[in-house]
Amino acid sequence: MLQLPYFLILAAALFCIGIYGLVISRNAVRVLMSIELMLNAVNLNLMGFSNYIDPVEIKGQVFTIFVIAIAAAEAAVGLAIVLSIYRNRDTVDMEQFNLLKW
Amino acid sequence: MEIAEGVRLVTFGILSVMMLGAALGVVLFANIVYSAFLLGGVFISMAGIYILLNADFVSAAQILVYVGAVNVLILFAIMLVNKREDFKPMKNAWIRQGSTAVVCAGLFALLSSVSIVTPWKISTTMPLTSTVVPIAKHFFTDFLLPFELASVLLLMSMIGAIVLARRDFMPDSAIVGTSTQDSLTLPERPRELVGIEK
Repeated sequence: MLQLPYFLILAAALFCIGIYGLVISRNAVRVLMSIELMLNAVNLNLMGFSNYIDPVEIKGQVFTIFVIAIAAAEAAVGLAIVLSIYRNRDTVDMEQFNLLKW
Repeated sequence: MEIAEGVRLVTFGILSVMMLGAALGVVLFANIVYSAFLLGGVFISMAGIYILLNADFVSAAQILVYVGAVNVLILFAIMLVNKREDFKPMKNAWIRQGSTAVVCAGLFALLSSVSIVTPWKISTTMPLTSTVVPIAKHFFTDFLLPFELASVLLLMSMIGAIVLARRDFMPDSAIVGTSTQDSLTLPERPRELVGIEK
């Protein structure tokens, strides 16, 4: 029998993989991909709760759709920023974006 | 949903293995193009898990928006910043990777133990067979303001992305000679006007 904790554990695993990739990756585009992974993990949490705890008023699914919309906007702006940085610095290495480092 | 429990369990197993493997590939592959295509695999298996959770509309939206838009956008970004560069190895990189792995494993243990131990109030009512009409009712009654604000936000992000990605700076050496430039304009590469016959 499929139960709620299975989905929650799967979402937790995906979120942790996303955090790991966010910290260790040095390509700026890969950082954005890790952020997408984390947003998907949050979506999976919302959908699991929506199905098992609130199956009539499916508000979790409504929130998931909002999160999908925000994630699309975030991806567009983030990739535009990466492109702009690449034109200025001629690299996509996260370690060389150190203009604001003290 | 009229699917037997065993089939659902096996499907969940296959989809979760696919998803975790593809996610690890996204993070760990050296070639970023492989990472981008595996990210599409993550999104598709996520849509399958949404179908297991009785959410047909969100599953279709996931495929349309993520696989159709976000993944293609990422592939375009990889094409536009296509530069094969070998990153200089940092000293003490293993400290960062090791500590991050330890923190992530600890976070995973914490989250999974919480989700197992907590007595969730599982509802016993049957889930809806079609979710499109309830979601539409939510959108146009109690979530009307966020729904409209989301459209404004999408417009803002679209204009912002165009403004950020449009400018085409020249290298410094090429700018020095041009003294006729107005001080208020940004140094941009002179463009050929297309479609105007002289």
